[in-house]
Amino acid sequence: MKKSFRPDVDAPEYKGPYAPYDIIKEGTIAVVVVALLTVALAVVFSSPDEKAITIKTWSNADPVDFAMTAGDELIGSSGVAGYGAPYNNGGPSQSWGFLSPEKWLGVHIPVNTATDFVIDPLKSQPTKPALTAAIDQWTSASASTQSSWAAAYSKVESNITFANDTVTVPSSKVGPIPVLLNYLTEMARSGALDQALVTQNGFYTTNYTKPLLFLSDGAYLGDLATKQHLGGDQWGMMNETGQYPGQAWLWLYTFWYQIPPYNSSASGDFLVWGTMMILTALLILVPFIPGLRSVPRRLKIYRIIWREHYAVQK
Amino acid sequence: MAHNWGLGALVNLDHYGHYLNWHFISISVSNLVVMILMVATFVAALFLPFPGRRSRKESR
Amino acid sequence: MSTTEIDRQWTSRLRKRVVGKLPPDKMLPDTQPAYVASWIYVFGVTTMAALFVVIGTGCILALDGPQWWHSSAFGHFINSMHLWSVEIFFFAMVIHLWGKFAMAAWRGGRSLTWVTGAVTFLVSILTGFTGYVSQTNFDSQWIATQAKDGINSTGGGAFFNVLNLGQMLMWHIVLLPIGAVVLTALHVVMVRVKGVVPPFEDNASEVSA
Repeated sequence: MKKSFRPDVDAPEYKGPYAPYDIIKEGTIAVVVVALLTVALAVVFSSPDEKAITIKTWSNADPVDFAMTAGDELIGSSGVAGYGAPYNNGGPSQSWGFLSPEKWLGVHIPVNTATDFVIDPLKSQPTKPALTAAIDQWTSASASTQSSWAAAYSKVESNITFANDTVTVPSSKVGPIPVLLNYLTEMARSGALDQALVTQNGFYTTNYTKPLLFLSDGAYLGDLATKQHLGGDQWGMMNETGQYPGQAWLWLYTFWYQIPPYNSSASGDFLVWGTMMILTALLILVPFIPGLRSVPRRLKIYRIIWREHYAVQK
Repeated sequence: MAHNWGLGALVNLDHYGHYLNWHFISISVSNLVVMILMVATFVAALFLPFPGRRSRKESR
Repeated sequence: MSTTEIDRQWTSRLRKRVVGKLPPDKMLPDTQPAYVASWIYVFGVTTMAALFVVIGTGCILALDGPQWWHSSAFGHFINSMHLWSVEIFFFAMVIHLWGKFAMAAWRGGRSLTWVTGAVTFLVSILTGFTGYVSQTNFDSQWIATQAKDGINSTGGGAFFNVLNLGQMLMWHIVLLPIGAVVLTALHVVMVRVKGVVPPFEDNASEVSA
């Protein structure tokens, strides 16, 4: 029994003529043309190279923002402190219904913001009596004492000032927090904090997790990015610094972040990834999806591609 | 804007980009140019005659 | 050694299988079906040509470590070539995708050709991403700190740490290029084995292999 022909799955047997076609010549021409075009574009447009910012540049450009962020890291109210997996258990993981792979995989890159971003870097500094006393006061205090200092600090945080190389926290109920913030800001402005954050595990490192997380908690990095139209709500994923073309192929991925429910959900990232994984599966599996695999035949663009073949047939 | 090598290019793209906004859509002029070029290239590829017609005719 | 013994060798059996499926004149044919007569057909080879330039410029960038190009005019020029060849690579690959979709090029037992092509597209995006976070400049800092949220939400962040330059750079210059090249090679071999998909025919009833 003859199998029925499915026009979107099967291909007719070709019994027609073959013509000379030099694929090596074609490939060589392609390489030469692409190489020349690449050189031309590089000569005409060059490429962007915005210098990386450091904790040093950040704390000197905006010491108040730095000090506020450092305070949040110490009291555990920063974005990273409350992130959750894979850094800590400080906050809820993203989820959709019962699905929460972030939570299931747990903490694999442990980050304790108070210890890693504030206390340990300060401890690495040459001994100063006032600093040592402040560190001891903080680390030996009970959890409830630390909480009361944190609560008092949170109330006045937005009124922090910086003048004459000094961070001022307008409250007397915050324990050693002002002393710690002053020493940390001084350390940051000198460049020593950049070093301390990467050498905790030894001399060699290529892992910038800690300084990048610290930078991401402040407003400075984000403000620079927003100026360059790279923000998440600015379709930033598609964009590049300056007027360079970016990553146009990411248009659909970044599209979801601009619309509800993705742009207002606490699990927005997970929802976007879930959506994109489904669409990606659809793309990969087009040949097996009835309806979707019929679109080319119905669009009839192929009649333009193979017009010479159809004309000869007539 | 801090930059290093834009001066080396014939056309300096190291300025803040221009963006076109329509409702919630925001697209850079550069990305739009790339997309338009892609569509134009696709359409051109469909319609432009392909060389070798004579040898294909002779093979029939 | 008897002939039967030679025939039973793994070497002989593999060679016969490979040469049987893809003899030299099928691997490098000197003709194509007469319906291969459109500029849309050049975008596959253009994508491969761009991949060649991307890898070549990447190799030059690798010569002096991850950061030399920041302080060298020649290095910056090679970086520019690497960026623009990547733009050409994606430009050509997407047009190739549009063309192959318009032709329903998966027909006639060519589903795996489509699948390997689509997966190569995704591997290329991941390769590009790891490249962006390996630039060691402001762009890398921003892209990494943003992308971490998406990747962390899937649980992938537990073992794919986009803030870890060493890891990202090694994925970018070792693991992913190997993946992209192997997938591209498989994709091209499949096109050679199956041939270019024939046109739609209104009165088709016979099925090709």
